[in-house]
Amino acid sequence: MDTSEDILQQASPGLIPGSGTARAAKPTRLSPSFVSWLQAGPMMLVFLAFFLIPLVFVVIVSFWDYNEYQLLPAFSGRGYTDTFEGCIAQLPDLCTIAKTYLKTLKLCFLVWVITLFIGFWVAYFLAFHVKSKTWQMGLSLLCTIPFWTSNVIRMIAWIPLLGRNGLVNSGLVKTGLINHPVEWLLFSEFSVVLALVHLFTFFMVVPIFNSMVRIDKSLIEAAYDAGATGFQTLVNVIIPLAKPGIVIGSIFVITIVMGDFITIGVMGGQQIAAAGKIIETRVNALQFPAAAANAVILLVITFLIITMMSRIVDIKKEL
Amino acid sequence: MTETTRKKGLSRRTLLKSTAGLAGLAAGSGAITGFPYVMSAEPKVLRYLGTAVNEGDDISKQCLKDTGIKIEYITATTDDVTKRVMTQPNSFDVLDTEYFSLKKIVPSGNILALDARKIKEFDNITPVFTKGETPGGKKIGGQGTAPWKVLYLEGKDSKKFATSATEFVTLIPTVYNADTLGIRPDIIKRPISSWAELLNPEFKGKASILNIPSIGIMDAAMVVEASGKYKYADKGNMTKEEIDLTMKVMTEAKKAGQFRAFWKDFNESVNLMASGETVIQSMWSPAVTKVRSMGIACTFQPLKEGYRSWASGFCVSKGVSGAKLEWAYEFVNWFLSGYAGAYLNRQGYYSAVLSTAKAHMEPYEWAYWMEGKAAEKDIKAPDGSLLEKAGAVRDGGSYEDRMGGVACWNAVMDENDYMVRKWNEFIAA
Repeated sequence: MDTSEDILQQASPGLIPGSGTARAAKPTRLSPSFVSWLQAGPMMLVFLAFFLIPLVFVVIVSFWDYNEYQLLPAFSGRGYTDTFEGCIAQLPDLCTIAKTYLKTLKLCFLVWVITLFIGFWVAYFLAFHVKSKTWQMGLSLLCTIPFWTSNVIRMIAWIPLLGRNGLVNSGLVKTGLINHPVEWLLFSEFSVVLALVHLFTFFMVVPIFNSMVRIDKSLIEAAYDAGATGFQTLVNVIIPLAKPGIVIGSIFVITIVMGDFITIGVMGGQQIAAAGKIIETRVNALQFPAAAANAVILLVITFLIITMMSRIVDIKKEL
Repeated sequence: MTETTRKKGLSRRTLLKSTAGLAGLAAGSGAITGFPYVMSAEPKVLRYLGTAVNEGDDISKQCLKDTGIKIEYITATTDDVTKRVMTQPNSFDVLDTEYFSLKKIVPSGNILALDARKIKEFDNITPVFTKGETPGGKKIGGQGTAPWKVLYLEGKDSKKFATSATEFVTLIPTVYNADTLGIRPDIIKRPISSWAELLNPEFKGKASILNIPSIGIMDAAMVVEASGKYKYADKGNMTKEEIDLTMKVMTEAKKAGQFRAFWKDFNESVNLMASGETVIQSMWSPAVTKVRSMGIACTFQPLKEGYRSWASGFCVSKGVSGAKLEWAYEFVNWFLSGYAGAYLNRQGYYSAVLSTAKAHMEPYEWAYWMEGKAAEKDIKAPDGSLLEKAGAVRDGGSYEDRMGGVACWNAVMDENDYMVRKWNEFIAA
């Protein structure tokens, strides 16, 4: 990090560097707090206009009533009560919303564990085994390939591979490992997790890689000199220092997977429910308050997960 | 309802297109206020909101040539079209939508009914829309939101559907079709004649249904009724108990592994069928044609319980008036004058004014598509690609047989809200 950015960081910690407003200011001295506000201002305004205000609207609308064709701006908990319909009556069986969230959490957890594992080792390889900066860049860019195609194309592309008459099945049948094509390869939780991992490992790789390249190599040498084994160095030096990257990557993956409905829909053959799917169906039926209520519920749950994660690592401090 | 989702993947392009259209319009109107003499050269532009069904580039090009009206398509899925009418009624001029969505759109007051007296061919519109019968006099099933139930309004600004003909028409009919199950005859290898086959354990893990609630529920109802489990008073307007029962049957089948996948997108349905992942599923006519054009056997199977039908038509946004309204009438009149109708007929849909479409088609084409006769020559799509070789016969036969066999129409029910919740449960089960 060069020095001018360091100064900016000190002036307002936690700010994304590069706005440069302060340097453009007149030579007359401004109070430090004013400079900080000025620097944070543009981002704050964007945040306010495109995130906070819409979010407030979503919360307000979630308490409105609705009919077939319009929103009725009168206070109503219908969006929420409809969502939890039958949850008490059906006990001990789980109601739709509980089942849906459990399923979403399960998928989310699986994807998180797998992307973390793969992402960590890919980042480790890039950071410690690839010496040249050019190769590091080139190989990271390779990880973006899954984003080059549209969702529908991607789904269509999986069929020849995982489908009933696909490559994997015909290969397995030919080698005699199975007698009949297996069905769980496609339109199943397996294929959903596979596709999500395929897509989102990249979001793990980048922040973890970013943390790892910033680890002072002399620390690793010191560990080595002190007689630590490779495993001990990994556990006691690299993982703790890569923690911010791990947490940031985890937040990316978890928030995306919690809200995903397209990939889950496409790869699950539209037969697997997800929290995002409920919202989509409601919006399509013009039931905006019910959709908003579900969005609020999803937001609260995701926020709880993120809060738990940031309890483990204070990201602001680590950056 | 229709081949609308197929353009889903293009939504960004569509957005760009529509915003470009808006920008162009804004620029155009700005020029007019500044320089009055430009008025005479003002381009006749109509923003056309609709699903992909009617939106061919050939149609807009021909329209520009014949009338000087430039059509700017705003393409969206069925659900998104309705959403846009509700939330941004000023973002389009002409609306092309389905009759069942009128139950939502008309009460919102965001559309303007058109005057039947200004539609030249109105009296020649097929009686399917006006009387609920085929030109040959066959009565058509009226369960669901059948067009003739919602075709007229009581007055110009009325939000009530009239029970008898008035001059205020909600949607000027354009296109419609009769949908059924698509099957893979090469894999099934036996005749299929009933909707009940969709849940036949023989096809366990090889069946599919479409995941658009207001269409899927109708297919589900056809299946339930065909299997003799229940007889609905009106499939298109179920009671809560009937919705529960229908979804229970479907949920049990889903849990038993009957369905390979549900589909939502035109291309998904094509690929499921073409790859052999499914062998029987709800389908749309052009999707069947597409599978067949890949050299794979696929039949749009007529079933003894009848077809599920859909229909769409034109109206205009309430914000349209003056010269623009006149252009809208000019455009609708042009649309019914034959070129577009022939174009739609050649895709396997049906046009609202049969006489003008016929005049724009070759006799052998008419005989194949409309009369159910064996093709004398190779049948080509509007873009010139080969659809069927000479000798082929259209699945389901003639117009009379197909439209006369319609049992129900896509519908928005009174209990729509409840139905959507139950549909979500079905997906989550």
